[in-house]
Amino acid sequence: MLRLLSFALFLVIWWIAAFLVGGAKLPSPPAVLQVMIAEASSGALFLHLGATLARVALAFTLAMSLGSAIGYLMGRVKLADRLGDPWLILLLNLPALVVIVLAYIWAGLTEAAAIAAIAINKLPTAIVTMREGTRALDRSLDEMASVFAMPRWRAFRHVVLPQLAPYIAASARSGLSLVWKIVLVAELLGRPNGVGFEIGVAFQLFDTPRLLAYSLTFAAVVLVIETLLVQPFEARANRWRPRAA
Amino acid sequence: MRLEVDITGKTFRSAAGGTHEVLAPVKFALQSGEVGVLIGPSGCGKSTMLRIILGLDHDFAGHIARPPEARIGMVFQEPRLLPWRSVEQNVRLAAPGVTDGKLSELFRILELDAHRSHYPGELSLGLARRVALARAFAVEPDILVLDEPLASLDDALAGRLRDEIATLVASRPVMTLLVTHSLDDAVRLGDRLFFLSPRPARIVAEVPIGIPRDTRGETEIAAIKASLAQRTQGDRIERDVS
Repeated sequence: MLRLLSFALFLVIWWIAAFLVGGAKLPSPPAVLQVMIAEASSGALFLHLGATLARVALAFTLAMSLGSAIGYLMGRVKLADRLGDPWLILLLNLPALVVIVLAYIWAGLTEAAAIAAIAINKLPTAIVTMREGTRALDRSLDEMASVFAMPRWRAFRHVVLPQLAPYIAASARSGLSLVWKIVLVAELLGRPNGVGFEIGVAFQLFDTPRLLAYSLTFAAVVLVIETLLVQPFEARANRWRPRAA
Repeated sequence: MRLEVDITGKTFRSAAGGTHEVLAPVKFALQSGEVGVLIGPSGCGKSTMLRIILGLDHDFAGHIARPPEARIGMVFQEPRLLPWRSVEQNVRLAAPGVTDGKLSELFRILELDAHRSHYPGELSLGLARRVALARAFAVEPDILVLDEPLASLDDALAGRLRDEIATLVASRPVMTLLVTHSLDDAVRLGDRLFFLSPRPARIVAEVPIGIPRDTRGETEIAAIKASLAQRTQGDRIERDVS
């Protein structure tokens, strides 16, 4: 209820601001809604949104699985940590734009280049989070699993994974928000479709209603995915913790 | 089945670079059906010895002969339950072969029936200890290791749990290794007592107890304790173990 109220307040402020600044710079909510409906009924909105979501899904999955595996290895094996650390620092500090531009130059303006560039941007933070999680693993529980001769997979699933779950959730959440931002840049620079591409077009035409229509739809989708997917996963991962009074 | 422990030494390198001797040469053996008790002052190296016997620590000099197929059930000093799994899941994960009947019986003996679906975070220390006991017995161990299972429990509860341990140990042929610093627990549960010196630990006395556990009444227990006190310069051991 409070959330709805807060959202309504946002609309009201927007409307007043639009009235004050004028429709050319900030179109009113109904004007944007109109563009949304037009784009949706022509199918273009779903096409671009779908293209962007597919890229996000692929890049996110790639970066999360690879990053988690590398992070776990670096947390467990000292040698891997020593070898990987300089690379990690380099990747962490490499600006997203550099990665995207280089990927397009080296691999051409292809889908693979775009997805790889997005994934590489997310990879180092996934590694760092998972490495911290692995370092924080409870040794005494490892010993327990070893004394009771639990098979490797069972021990990983029931002893290790639940301890990593909060880190995976944190990594997914921060990673997703990073990927949402970077995917638009990658699309703007070198893809013929997607929300980023549409925003680029709208920018060139100074078509603010179109720009807002696409960005707001995109933001809404992000919000839905956050509440329906990421938050329930976090809640599930933490369900055994005694609730705060 | 027989467990032979022959540790010739264990040193520990401190962060400052010095070496500390944790264990002096320690040698003993245990048979199936026997309850061996390692009894010694806090910090004498009992836990280190256990870790070596359990194969968790390979950095020592000597040899441990333990049947490789022996199933181990262990009660750690702190319960070491998985906080994200329920009581029943905790037991079943360690003992996937346990039957429903056997599990119900264990939960009944240890009075855990009402707590099957609780998470360890919702349990008191006494209850968590009992879950750890249930887990150790559910695997139907060949070797049962109990590391101070009754520490920091009140006397009444400790007494009841001790009786339960005695019942469970008697119910199947198992080799038990109990670590404690309580002479009372040692005399009530043990068949053979190994008195350890302060760090670096070595065995200062090995005392078999002839009277079978189930016929030991309060008078016998008091007599054993008195003779122990006499035999091993009483006050020194009493001081070490209390």
